[in-house]
Amino acid sequence: MSRIWALHGGLALLLLALHFLLPPYHHGVLARVMVLSVFAMGYNVMFGYAGLLSLGHALFFAAGMYGMGLSAQLWGWGGAAALIAGLAAALAVSAGAGLLALRTSGVQLMIVTLMFAQAGYLTVLYFGEVTRGDEGFVIAEATRAIAGLELSAEGPRYLIAWAAFSLALGLTLWLVTSPFGHVLVAIRENEERTRMLGYDTWRYKFAAFVISGGLAGAAGALYGLLFGYVGASFAAVQYSILPLLWVLLGGAGTVLGPFVGTLFMFYLIDLSSGVTTAYLIVVGVALVLLVLFARAGIMGEIRQRAARWLP
Amino acid sequence: MEFGPHLVLALIEGAVQAAVLALTAVGLSLVFGVMRVVNVAHGEFYMLGAVLAWMVSTQLAGAPVLGFVAALVIAPLLVGSLAALADLTILKRVEYDPEATIVATIGLLYILQQTVLMTYGPEARPVAPPFNERIALPWIEAGEVVYPWGFGTTSYKLFVIVAAAAILTALWLFLARTKAGLVMRATQLDREMATAFGIPVERVYAAVFGLGAGLAALAAVLIVPIQQAHYLMGAEPLLLAFIVVIIGGLGSLRGTLLAAVLIGLTDGVVSVFFSPTLAKILSTLLVAMVLVFRPQGLFGRAA
Repeated sequence: MSRIWALHGGLALLLLALHFLLPPYHHGVLARVMVLSVFAMGYNVMFGYAGLLSLGHALFFAAGMYGMGLSAQLWGWGGAAALIAGLAAALAVSAGAGLLALRTSGVQLMIVTLMFAQAGYLTVLYFGEVTRGDEGFVIAEATRAIAGLELSAEGPRYLIAWAAFSLALGLTLWLVTSPFGHVLVAIRENEERTRMLGYDTWRYKFAAFVISGGLAGAAGALYGLLFGYVGASFAAVQYSILPLLWVLLGGAGTVLGPFVGTLFMFYLIDLSSGVTTAYLIVVGVALVLLVLFARAGIMGEIRQRAARWLP
Repeated sequence: MEFGPHLVLALIEGAVQAAVLALTAVGLSLVFGVMRVVNVAHGEFYMLGAVLAWMVSTQLAGAPVLGFVAALVIAPLLVGSLAALADLTILKRVEYDPEATIVATIGLLYILQQTVLMTYGPEARPVAPPFNERIALPWIEAGEVVYPWGFGTTSYKLFVIVAAAAILTALWLFLARTKAGLVMRATQLDREMATAFGIPVERVYAAVFGLGAGLAALAAVLIVPIQQAHYLMGAEPLLLAFIVVIIGGLGSLRGTLLAAVLIGLTDGVVSVFFSPTLAKILSTLLVAMVLVFRPQGLFGRAA
């Protein structure tokens, strides 16, 4: 148990140390990757541990982002209040979506979540007068501060991203090593048998759905607040596919996988977008290769080969 | 113009949509019915069909009719072979696991779409229709037959409707009356029993996947003289085909056909009279609700 906490705590400390060491460009990239990892960690709770494959997490990411952005834009709420509004919006949306979507399973769940996210994306476009549609809007400088830290500056931005990342990492680690997490894994492996053992599987799945959506929404709200922009592209289908890709690449059902996957993929897309405008082809090739050759992902392979104790 | 002629025009537009949608959706439904997998890259096979139609018709720019006929043959064949190849190299290797197949076909979607972006480019390009006479439609006003100005359609649009009906009839005959069709239906009913009877199930799967993609490409060749060929054009028909297949009941061809006509016509009419975005939001939510509360589809039997 202690080596698990040592490893994950060590990663958090390393990332904090990198704040003082990294050159500006990579410093900025890592801040983004840490926020997006929170999104991926949320996705992982549902997909990696509970075995529920959603194709609609852009809905929750965008719910958090717009909950934050619109409450700041329309009512002039401050950074912290807007962040909480975003989280609340994401929790509400994911609870509603979960209540309906969890009546289905497997392929139907994938399609239902995809449709919900599509409806959400179109709703953002439909209310273009408020949301500014595809164009999006910029978060006012005055809003972008938490507890006196100016988020438009590189340093505080990294530290806030780091704090959120560490919090989410600790939360998921605690969650999946708790009895609750073990029941989720049991549901993933054999839902029928878990139910026979006396667990109300629906409640566990619903809880996983809402936690997953809440983390995704928190990431969305924070991403909008830290980088100062809210737009419809974050609600589009691509942002449902990306967390799936990050988690698959890093290793579904591992605590560190989402971060590793997001980091790798971010740099891969970054490098290839320098070469071609059709950089999304990297996403396609990576998905196909992962499904064919490495279903367990990077951390999953490491766990299978070297470190069985990884959570 | 008044409401009546407007409605007739909307219905004709809707019928053209329904015809193309029926072809695309039947392809998707066939793949789901026989192989029990969802092909997310279906829209990209449609897009490839349109792009290939543009390529073939520019090669034969002097003769639009010949170019069109050549595209009708070449595009579905090429796209079908490509899909069969993808089936053998990717889907077969993940053993048609439903979730892995979806992830793999999402990958395929990006690969096809971005490859077209790299080679064909981001422009939308028109294809000349092989024939395109305007047909003025008669309307009865105060007991007299009149030809209101602007009230008409083109011969090509009517041809699309007829051609789609002909192709679907041919497909039905193929499935119902030929040995190959029988083998496909046998595989759909019981995969293991089919294997026991010596049916090469894996080759059947590759053929069905190719056939489904070929139908999407065929639909695109028909529609591309009306719309334009563009590398992102696959998203819309994919979503609509999904909606149709779900409403019609997953895997039921008859339900798919019925739903395609219904949704094509409604979509045509609704988008003339209402905001298309709102219509799309409502139809998407409706479909999700159908899946949640009536998973066998509106026309399907209870599982």
